[in-house]
Amino acid sequence: MTTLSIDSEWTRFTLKERLSRFSVYLIIVMSLIWSWQSVEVIQEFLYDAPEQLMDMFDRMTPLDYAYYPTTIHAALIETLHIATLGTLITLIFAVPLALLNANNITPNKGLNWISQFFLVSTRSINSLVWALLFIALFGPGVIAGIMAIAIRSIGFVGKLLSEALAEVNMGTIEALKATGAPWGSILVKGYWPQVMPAFYSIVLFRWDINVRESAVLGLVGAGGIGVVLNDAQNLFQWQKVAMVLVSIFAVVIVAEVVAIQIRKRLI
Amino acid sequence: MDGITNTKNTNELNPFKTSLTNRLIWLVIAAYIFYSVSALGLTLDRILLGFGESERLLSRMFPPDFSRVSLLVSGVAESLQIAIISSFFGIVISLFIGLLAARNMMPIFITGPVRAFIALCRSFHPVIIAIIFVKAVGFGALAGILTLIVASIGFIAKLFAEAIEEISFNPVEAIKATGASFFSVIIYAVMPQVFTRFIGFASYQLDSNLRNSTMVGIVGAGGLGGTLFSAFQRFDYDFVAAILLTIIAIILVGEMLSNIVRRIF
Repeated sequence: MTTLSIDSEWTRFTLKERLSRFSVYLIIVMSLIWSWQSVEVIQEFLYDAPEQLMDMFDRMTPLDYAYYPTTIHAALIETLHIATLGTLITLIFAVPLALLNANNITPNKGLNWISQFFLVSTRSINSLVWALLFIALFGPGVIAGIMAIAIRSIGFVGKLLSEALAEVNMGTIEALKATGAPWGSILVKGYWPQVMPAFYSIVLFRWDINVRESAVLGLVGAGGIGVVLNDAQNLFQWQKVAMVLVSIFAVVIVAEVVAIQIRKRLI
Repeated sequence: MDGITNTKNTNELNPFKTSLTNRLIWLVIAAYIFYSVSALGLTLDRILLGFGESERLLSRMFPPDFSRVSLLVSGVAESLQIAIISSFFGIVISLFIGLLAARNMMPIFITGPVRAFIALCRSFHPVIIAIIFVKAVGFGALAGILTLIVASIGFIAKLFAEAIEEISFNPVEAIKATGASFFSVIIYAVMPQVFTRFIGFASYQLDSNLRNSTMVGIVGAGGLGGTLFSAFQRFDYDFVAAILLTIIAIILVGEMLSNIVRRIF
């Protein structure tokens, strides 16, 4: 027995591991070759790109600062409203789904799967696509944007919140149950204090993402700064486009800083 | 018994008092909702009207129309090509950029600018980057590929850099003590420590590029998004439903595959 183990040469991976690793590499290389050969790319356009980019920057400068107070400012405020209201409305859907998805709160596999389905499917469709769908319902405008942001965020907030709920310390919960507390009290006094920091940081994180996302929703007509961007771009007013882009950049940075600061204070 | 029934006494000793800051937060949120709803001019009957239309929309979306298979297949193929090529180049470029941005491997005058570059890639939404690239290289898959390469750099180069910063330095010093060159140090001391995490990030990025490749087409950068957008504009809602179901199916399969890959490594 001992001589056998000494005689056999040590290898880091078993044959099965090596084979499966090799097949992953093979599949990656094959799919890369397939894509590379069949993708429709016009080579000349790629060589032309630096020149075109320079041309675009030429047209973009100098920035059209006068455009900010007349149009951009109001649209930016609208964008922030879309992001914030969307994040708040998400909570209406995400919190119940998270409660249903956490196995220690809802010990029912069927309900867990149903909520899991909603969490995954809302997350897989992009916010622009949600915006297109809601424009079909509400018409172009702010409501479609808010609903798109709200529905799109359900998956993210719900998944992270249910993970936080599943990780709570069950000792407190059992103590509350032993006193005969109703489930409402257990939720509010047992679970909530434990997940509160996670909850606030998830919501702030999502709000930060939503500010970025709501900036582009207007490209399909769902309100906010994107509408202004789309108009300027369709009219080839590149100086205005550049001004919009700079404003979006500034707002995104400010939102990130605000989110970080609030998180520091709260947690 | 007296102490239990005396409500005044229990109120004073209530161990579950709501904190003042909590109440203030809820008050601010309520005030904000009131303010923003009035500022945006949202009215309840418009929202209710919209929900009333949902029945009509859903009835036009179902059953999904899978009859235009060739259009669907070519869109899916292009989205997959965009996702695969952009993930490959994005990951390879991110490997170098991530290494350049790691504070424990490089001096500050290199990490500073590289980190700023990563932050710049991250701060714009892929759709905005796509608009710029559509202008630069014209409509089509190339714009989508370049967009997603930039988006990938913004996301995983940062994670790569953080992973490299967390490594243990003992193997690095051991390899250095043998007189190994810089590249040998990277390959034999740094990479083995971070390889598994890199695989995780890379498969996540492939996943997220797959999602985004179905979207950049909306601004003309190729893939299924373009087909989807034109179906919306022609009010072909049953075809829209077919495309959406296809996208969800692709993403579920992608998630499954990346789980398998993560289990292998």
